[in-house]
Amino acid sequence: MKLTKTLLATTALTVASGTAFADGHMASDMTLVSWGGAYQSSQQNAYVAPYIANNPGVSAVWDESSAEAVAKLRAMNEAGNVTWDVVDVVAADAIRLCDEGLALEIDADEQLAAAPDGTSASDDFGDLLVSDCFIPQIVYSTTFGYRTDLVGDTAPTSVCAVFDTDAYPGKRSLEKRPINNMEWALLCDGVAKEDVYDVLGTAEGQDQALAKLDTIKDDVIWWSAGADTPQLLADGEVIMGSTYNGRLFAAIEEQKQPIGMLWDAQVFDLDGWIIPTGLSPERQARALDFVKFATDTQRLADQAKYISYGPARLSSAPLVGKHESLGIDMAPHMPTDPENAKNTFLYNYEFWADYRDDIDAKFQAWLAK
Amino acid sequence: MAETMLAADGTPLKRSLARALRRQKLRALMLIAPLLIFVLITFIVPIASMLFRSIENEIVQNTLPYTVQELASWDAATGEVPDEPVFEAMYFDMFIAAEAKRHTRLGTRLNYEQTGLSSLFRQSGRKLDDLGKDIQKPLEKLNGDWKDGETWYAIFNGTPADTALLATQRARVAALTDNPTEGDVNFAPRADIVQLLPKTARAYTAWAVFEATQKDRDPATRDPWEALPVALATDLQTADLSTYSGPGADLLRAAQSADLPTPDFTTAFVDMDEDWATIIPWQTIQTHSSTYTGGYFLNAVDAQKTPEGIAWQPDDKQILLKLFGRTIWMSLLITFSCIALGYPVAWLLANLPMRKANMLLILVLLPFWTSLLVRTSAWKVMLQQQGVINDVLVWIGLVDDANRLIMINNQFGTIVAMTHILLPFMILPMYSVMQTIQPSYLRAAKSLGATNWTAFWRVYFPQSVPGIGAGSILVFILAIGYYITPEIVGGTKGVFISNRIAYHISSSLNWGLAAALGSILLAAVLVLYWAYDKIVGIDNVKLG
Repeated sequence: MKLTKTLLATTALTVASGTAFADGHMASDMTLVSWGGAYQSSQQNAYVAPYIANNPGVSAVWDESSAEAVAKLRAMNEAGNVTWDVVDVVAADAIRLCDEGLALEIDADEQLAAAPDGTSASDDFGDLLVSDCFIPQIVYSTTFGYRTDLVGDTAPTSVCAVFDTDAYPGKRSLEKRPINNMEWALLCDGVAKEDVYDVLGTAEGQDQALAKLDTIKDDVIWWSAGADTPQLLADGEVIMGSTYNGRLFAAIEEQKQPIGMLWDAQVFDLDGWIIPTGLSPERQARALDFVKFATDTQRLADQAKYISYGPARLSSAPLVGKHESLGIDMAPHMPTDPENAKNTFLYNYEFWADYRDDIDAKFQAWLAK
Repeated sequence: MAETMLAADGTPLKRSLARALRRQKLRALMLIAPLLIFVLITFIVPIASMLFRSIENEIVQNTLPYTVQELASWDAATGEVPDEPVFEAMYFDMFIAAEAKRHTRLGTRLNYEQTGLSSLFRQSGRKLDDLGKDIQKPLEKLNGDWKDGETWYAIFNGTPADTALLATQRARVAALTDNPTEGDVNFAPRADIVQLLPKTARAYTAWAVFEATQKDRDPATRDPWEALPVALATDLQTADLSTYSGPGADLLRAAQSADLPTPDFTTAFVDMDEDWATIIPWQTIQTHSSTYTGGYFLNAVDAQKTPEGIAWQPDDKQILLKLFGRTIWMSLLITFSCIALGYPVAWLLANLPMRKANMLLILVLLPFWTSLLVRTSAWKVMLQQQGVINDVLVWIGLVDDANRLIMINNQFGTIVAMTHILLPFMILPMYSVMQTIQPSYLRAAKSLGATNWTAFWRVYFPQSVPGIGAGSILVFILAIGYYITPEIVGGTKGVFISNRIAYHISSSLNWGLAAALGSILLAAVLVLYWAYDKIVGIDNVKLG
């Protein structure tokens, strides 16, 4: 019967083996995996279309599976048939794919384009090369948006407004996972920014963060998809909520919703390409060629015309121009803009790679209480 | 004695009949063979292999074979860190694992048991070369020939070969990399050097097998890993070279008398990360080193395997049992709501004139043809606080604007949305069973003096029970496996165990735990099915 549903497990395997049987992979097709939506079209416009124009023999096929990329790649790898050529993932997933040996290690200086002024790729990307396999594209941030018409006369300026139900009564939306929420809770419970991860590494610190979250638990709607918060804000279901800054930009500037940005304590994260291991030499060479083109200085700057995520290269920042259709300057909407980045957090990959399962179990148990 | 009956051709009739029947059966089997093979390959085998992961734990053994061996005699209860031989074995195991990029995978596996091991393994893998360089440099300074792969190859290759060592290293590399290692390696460890320099010979053989079969490179010309000089320095401390006259004898003697730095594996590991100086990583490796483990199943019921035996998880991490209970309980509730709502509809369908019944059937089927996500999201629009239902209630004044009803992101939301989604699965089997119930029975009952209620309850309802049974089984089994709908409308109190399975499959990658949870869910369904069979009887289930 329909037991398959209970055994999700098999889906991944069956998908992989299914594609193994029906491998319609033509030599000229390059399968790119991304997130769909506005982000994927920004990639299509900024680098896939020009790449195809330069390489008429190649055609691009999109697969919107980035959210399950790690599990699917693992299944494909076990089935011995990797059908993806380049995969867009968040940095944390890139680290895990690299750990699992599922992503190709990249020598940035050898295999990626140098900046126009000759700066080597590794210097141009700098600290953002968080894993040997990861080729950064954008810096995005998880931050808060609020309903300008529902927060009263004083708009929130600090992230701690989220925990202040007296000044800002109403529901808030937070992501249904511990990452970011635990940090904000500690920050608003008086822990200094530089101590957050030290504290969070201890059982007492985790309890402290959960206790702080407990104070607003009844006022929280938990989201699991990035589109949830903009929708909840637009419906007036919540008065403030966390989501990706690009989603808020779209709601504010493109859909003209009465929403304001709260950049305080925004958490920076990265998104970029990985190339799966186990590709044939021709496909691997083509994937490398594409990635080199797609992450050069101009291409990354071009992407910012379509979406408000910051280019991962230092050399791209000055080239960021106006929005393609709205015609507004994009620089002030970038999470990396100095005006917005006064107080920021960088997602701590090492910490969460270690503590993710442990804290998640506690977090979920706390949620279910 | 009765005479055996013979067929026309003289064979006993019994045998000839059996043969004919067998042929018939075989033919029937061949007819269903395509389906059978298809189901086996695409359904049974993947499920079985996935469920097998819930007990499989070869990774520790495969990645750190010699460390596990050395650790077996270590007693964690002493509180002392293991001795030098364990660190030594760990160094060589880790080295080849790091070359094969398997140490991080092991770190991920062990991190499920002990937080912090993921980064410990990842970072140690990066720093593993340091110790090698400390010894490689003086050795190469002593004689430049040590830089050349050919020198090493000449010393270790030759006949008579130690085929046993080669075979074990082939098996080890195969287990480590999950790749076959049968091909030609163009290398065989010479027996006398294996005797003389056992650790180096073992490390060299493993390296040669790895290079030849995994990297497709000729060990005869490749320069070996940094771990080889370390192994050599270790061996040279005790090796008696006085009678050795094979290849590289002078080189080896010179190296032995040159006073190379003594490798101190314990210090090297502690330098990489202080955590190696605690018993925690060692204890975790030791506890979870068996090839098969019940650990995942323990985790699946909120318990864990500790060095002291089985224990419950700490209170603040217990959640899975609760979710199992909630899944079963809410699925039952959903099944009963489906019966309550579906029964009248099915009755109407079965008793209306054909034209009207068809119209109604289309209405029942319409949601079936709509995407699951669309239907779930529609419920969001309906139920949320600024949603349609609340707006209407506020507008007619039943509910105060400040106290809008909370109908979503809780159990209520999950039950409403899932009842709606699963309703057709209840209505259709009920409908097809009710269609077969003769209206004349009801008329007969009434003409014999039964009231409407008695006629329904004593005559009609018992005949419709098989439909209820079929619908209930369908709905219940589908319900306990749902995860998209609870994820979207369930908030924190309305999520199911399947949401955790999904999390472990796609986010935490703890497929062992996901498989254990899935197995338990499958077992629960089978038990309930069995109970149903005992109580109601599976023969009473009809799909029409």
